[in-house]
Parts: sequence; C-alpha cells; structure tokens
Amino acid sequence: MRAARLEAIHHRTPHLRALEAEAIHVFREVAAEPGRAVLLFSGGKDSAVLLRLAEKAFWPARFPFPVMHVDTGHNFPEALAFRDRRVEELGAQLIVASVPEAIEAGKLTDETGPRASRNRLQTPVLLDAITEHGFKAAFGGARRDEERARAKERMLSFRDDFGGWDPKAQRPELWGQLNGHVRPGEHVRAFPLSNWTELDVWEYVAMEGLELPRLYFAHRREVFSRDGMLYAASDFVERLPAEEVFEESVRFRTVGDMSCTGAVRSEAAGLQEVIAEIAATKLTERGETRADDRVTEAAMEDRKREGYF
Amino acid sequence: MAPLEAPQRTSELMRVATAGSVDDGKSTLIGRLLLETEQILEDQYEAVERASKERGDGYVNLALLTDGLRAEREQGITIDVAYRYFQTDRRKFVLADTPGHEQYTRNMVTGASTADVALVLVDARKGVVEQSRRHAHIAALLRTPHVVVCVNKMDLVDFDEGVFDSVAAEFPEAHAIPLSALNGDNVTERSANTPYYSGPPLLELLEELEPAPDRDDGPLRFPVQWVVRPMTDEHHDYRGYAGQVAGGTVSPGDEVTVLPSGARTRVQSIDTIDGELDEAFYPLSVTLRLEGEHDVSRGSLIAAGDSPPEPVRELEAEVCWMAQAPLKPGARLRVKHLSQTVAAKVESIDGRLDVNSGEHGPADELELNDIGLARLRLASAIAADPYAENRTTGSFILVDDSSNDTVGAGMVVA
Repeated sequence: MRAARLEAIHHRTPHLRALEAEAIHVFREVAAEPGRAVLLFSGGKDSAVLLRLAEKAFWPARFPFPVMHVDTGHNFPEALAFRDRRVEELGAQLIVASVPEAIEAGKLTDETGPRASRNRLQTPVLLDAITEHGFKAAFGGARRDEERARAKERMLSFRDDFGGWDPKAQRPELWGQLNGHVRPGEHVRAFPLSNWTELDVWEYVAMEGLELPRLYFAHRREVFSRDGMLYAASDFVERLPAEEVFEESVRFRTVGDMSCTGAVRSEAAGLQEVIAEIAATKLTERGETRADDRVTEAAMEDRKREGYF
Repeated sequence: MAPLEAPQRTSELMRVATAGSVDDGKSTLIGRLLLETEQILEDQYEAVERASKERGDGYVNLALLTDGLRAEREQGITIDVAYRYFQTDRRKFVLADTPGHEQYTRNMVTGASTADVALVLVDARKGVVEQSRRHAHIAALLRTPHVVVCVNKMDLVDFDEGVFDSVAAEFPEAHAIPLSALNGDNVTERSANTPYYSGPPLLELLEELEPAPDRDDGPLRFPVQWVVRPMTDEHHDYRGYAGQVAGGTVSPGDEVTVLPSGARTRVQSIDTIDGELDEAFYPLSVTLRLEGEHDVSRGSLIAAGDSPPEPVRELEAEVCWMAQAPLKPGARLRVKHLSQTVAAKVESIDGRLDVNSGEHGPADELELNDIGLARLRLASAIAADPYAENRTTGSFILVDDSSNDTVGAGMVVA
C-alpha cells in the first residue's frame, strides 16, 4: 500500500500550471477578503490572461466582480472591440471610467502638443471610480518582470486613501498568506500575475488557446518614427513637421494608449512566430515600446506613488 | 482562434531565496545567473552601464539591476525583497533576493518562507561569518527543503581545497559549492580549478533539486477559500468548495473529514474549467464537490478522513516579530491562518532565538526582527498542523487590530 502510494508522489507540475494555481489562489482570497473587488481590463494580453484566470477561479459560477476599463479616449479601436466582445461572452458587467468625461467636466486638464499623453490622467480617474463604487480591491495584470520598481511590489499592494504606494511600508507576504484587511477609504491592488514573465504570458495564451487583439500579430499599418520608436499614425497624436507617415509591417508588444505605445517591425503573424520572437528579443517590452517609462529613471516608481498601477 | 499546440517546455517552478550584502558577491552571483540564462536584455544592461558610470563605480554594477527604488539607488542600499526571474529549458526560477542589512531577519524570513532552496553566500577569504550562520539558521527554521552554501570568491584564495572544506564542514546538512561568481567557475560550467569538487555547478544543481519534496507525502489538507454556487439553470444545485491543495493528494471517492464540524464524507469530484481531475495535489487550485450536504464555508478545512488536524484554541509558536513596538504578553492581535482570521491574545513569551547560534535564550518580550517562542490563546479554534509537518497549515501571520498591518509571522510548534 505504502509502496503504491510512493509511486504517486513527486508529481511534476509544469510551471505554467503552478503560476496558474497561484493566480487563482489570489483571485479567490481577495474576492473574499477584503471583497468588493473589480478587475481592471485594458484589452491587452495581460488582462486577457487575467480574465481567463478569473473565469477559472470561480467556475462554474461567474466571477463575483465587475470589469472596469479606464478609458483614455486614445485607445486602439481593436483593443476596445476586443474588450466589448470578451465582456459580452463572459456575461460580465463592464464599468467604463472615462478620462474624456473627466476632462469635459473640468476635473482634469488635457495635455496638448505633439508629445501630449493622457497616461498620468488615468490615475485620478481610476481613484475616483474606486471611491465612487466603494471598491476595496482592484485586480491588475502588472508583472514584476516588467519594471524594476514593480519587482519590489507585493502581490497585494496596499494603497492609502490617495491611492499612493509606499514601497518602504509594504506588508510582508509569507507562505502565500495574503493580508487583505483594509480600513474604509483604503484599498488593495491585487496582482495575480506578479510572478509571470512576458514569455509565460505568451505561452499561457498558446496553451489555453486564448484570443488576443490582432494588434499583437504582424499587420501592415501607417506609422511614423519618433525617438527611435514607431508609433501608429492616428488622430490622437500630433506629428512634428519632420515626422512622415509610412506603411510598415508591425506588431505591438504592449497595448496602451496610441499616444505612448510603440510598435515593433515584425513579420510574425502567428502565435508561435510571435513567441519565437519574444524568446529571442534583446530588449525589454517596456524599454522597446513604452514612452511613458522613459521620462525619468524612476518614472514608474513616481507614478505608482501617485496611485498608478 | 483555434487552440494551438501546447508549449514545448514542461519545466517546473523552483523558488530560490538569497540573502546577503553586496560585499559577499551576492549581486554578482545573481547578475551572473541572469546573464548566463540570458535574462538581462540589452536596454537593461545599457541602463545599468550608464548608471554605473554616472555614479563613478568604475565597473558595471550589477547590483543596480536589482535595486529598483529611487532611495536604493541614491543610498546604494537594498531596502526590500526584490523578485527576479530566470529560466532554463528545465526550470523556471523565481528568485527572492533579500537585502542583508536593513530589516534582515524580516526579509530573510519572508524570502525563505516560500523558498524551495536557500542560497547561503560565504566569502572564501573571510570564511563563515555571522550573517551566513544567521541565514542558514533561518533557512532551517523555515524548513526550506534545500540549502546550498555558495563558497564564493574562490579565485581570491587560489581555489584552495582546505578553505572550501573548512566552510563545507560547518554546514553538514547543506550542499556546498566552491565558485567564483565573477569568473563564472562552477556557476553554469564545471570549473577545472576545483578538481576536488565532484558535484554539479550551481545552475545544474538548481535544476536537479526537487521542489517541495515532501508535500505529497502527508495527509490531505485542503483549506476552503470560497464556496462556488452558480445558481444558474445549468448548475442549479451545484455546490463546490474552492481552494488550493496545501498537502497530500486527493481523488474522487477519498474519505475526508471536514473541520471544524468533524463531519465525515467522501469526495464526489474534483472540478476545474478544463474538466474533472482524477487526482489533485500541491500546489493545484481546484474545486471539490463532496457527497451529501455538509456545513462547509470559507475557513473550513477538508482533511484526510483518518488523520485530520486537531482544532486547538491554544498554540505554541515560533514567532518572527516585524513591528516597531515590542510584542509583550497580554497583546491582542488577529491570527490569519489559512482562510480564517481569529482574535488572539499573547499568553506568554517563552524564549528568544539567537539566530547566530540557533539556541533559545530567556526573554519576556520580542523586539522588531526578533524570533522567539510565544504562547497564544485564540478566540475560536483553528485546525493547524505542526509547522514541521506542513509549511502551509502550520504557519500563520499576525495582523495588528488598528492598522491592519502584518506585524508578525508564526510557525506552529505544538
């Protein structure tokens, strides 16, 4: 009996299944404590994976929280279409927190000029929406491998009533034990994908057969070049006189605002080809494609302290 | 989009914890592991190169890769646990890199709590110093399954066998490797400079050690996190208990005991969105359905039928204290154990651990970063195992009543 039992031990769990199990654990734990959660969904690959994991965590029931998109008004149309389709398929409730509406209402001032970005404006809109709906927890798709300030952040990131992150006063996390206790006005940001890398996300997309917006696969697009990055030509970005539009085969590695997300030249039209390119890349995804991280050495840390994801 | 073929790699997840200061070459070793496994990309390397020049370091300071916060770079110190990722064809590694100076005990305990393997660094020129002993004691206390002693900077002692042997002799339970992180000896490639060392280089060893080797051996432990009740037409009467297997294995038909009620029943099915499973084990997150109707909710524990843990209202535990104000007898706190939070009172402090010697001495309070024995009385019973038997069901955190901060971590002794 004992011998037969020993045969069965030393189960090998593939690392993607171990990461999946960890993420599901976080979803269930935070939904219970502190509860009143919301899932932040942008239409990007990380939030697509997040949505799938939320689905798995509570199946066959629907996940017990709404989905929220902080809409800057500068989104890729493909990402919005993807968002709406997925939300409908899942029968989830969608909340749109709108930056343009906040600008319209005079709460925020839009930046102007060729380098205008609404990246920073997302933060007050997000915080207002969290307060308005009384959310105590917000799930996000941030990963620690993305950026070095994020490498220091906990799975459950405690935020005060200004949404601020204090890296020196983080709750220690031991044995996967999560402390979701918050006082009124405070909330936690929960990051189930903390231990995933960009490659893990792509391999999981392949393993699960997840759909992603076409933006992530090579396609021909009108682009222009700025600071060594290719940007999609759109009505949202004012071009400098020397910036000429040309057509190129590109794909996007991250999907954020059209005003701050760069494209990479690529012919990789299929998932396995994209994975092969990602595995062989010499540049980080944020370094290659995100202008918002290039402002200062500690651009991400500064924004997180202000309440950004 | 049609489902595509599964990824080629079926590598496992291995959690590694390191601790130490910049001087013993820890950052160089981590930098070397990241470089050799091609995890440091060009823009990251260039940023570090640029920052090193601006600081006047005179070399590419790999510590800057892990020091992510502004204050860390400005002050040249590491403040908090940083997580790093690297992978080989066989394994994906999650590396918790904990600083050696500030809050060292708290950070080492945090890193070691989830680690499958702890890397203890020893500078070959200095031999075993307090910090290496402290780290080895903490790894042992936290029951990190494997400890690897990296005897670093061997190039500076001419790869002397005697130096290596004397360090290795101090850690009879651990696997010791003579290496040079700077030159790469025995990091990823076997070194010709250490003919007396017959073991594998560090990376190969990390690929071979068994993660969580004894988790499947013990009796089933399944803490219920969430009750799944879809109440849809399709799943009208469905009632499942969602959680993550913390120990043992479970199959449909297995007899189980549900705590705290003590009810005995059988497992009807193991459900996942991808279909029912024949067996579940650590660390899988699944949903169990049980035969019959029982009182099961968040905070319940589904355990092996014939060996459930005894629910207790009193605990003797090894506590690592993490708050500024000392922990004294009479203190009221909350204990979060598995998916349950209960009020607790400290009855007595029964000793303080000297992390340098591994011995307990007398104490009547625990200060910040102290580890010591405490007796706790609980407002309601919890189903805990001794930590020696299960690192999940035998551990808990202490939460402050007013701030909600995590102020301590405990390991159940009895």
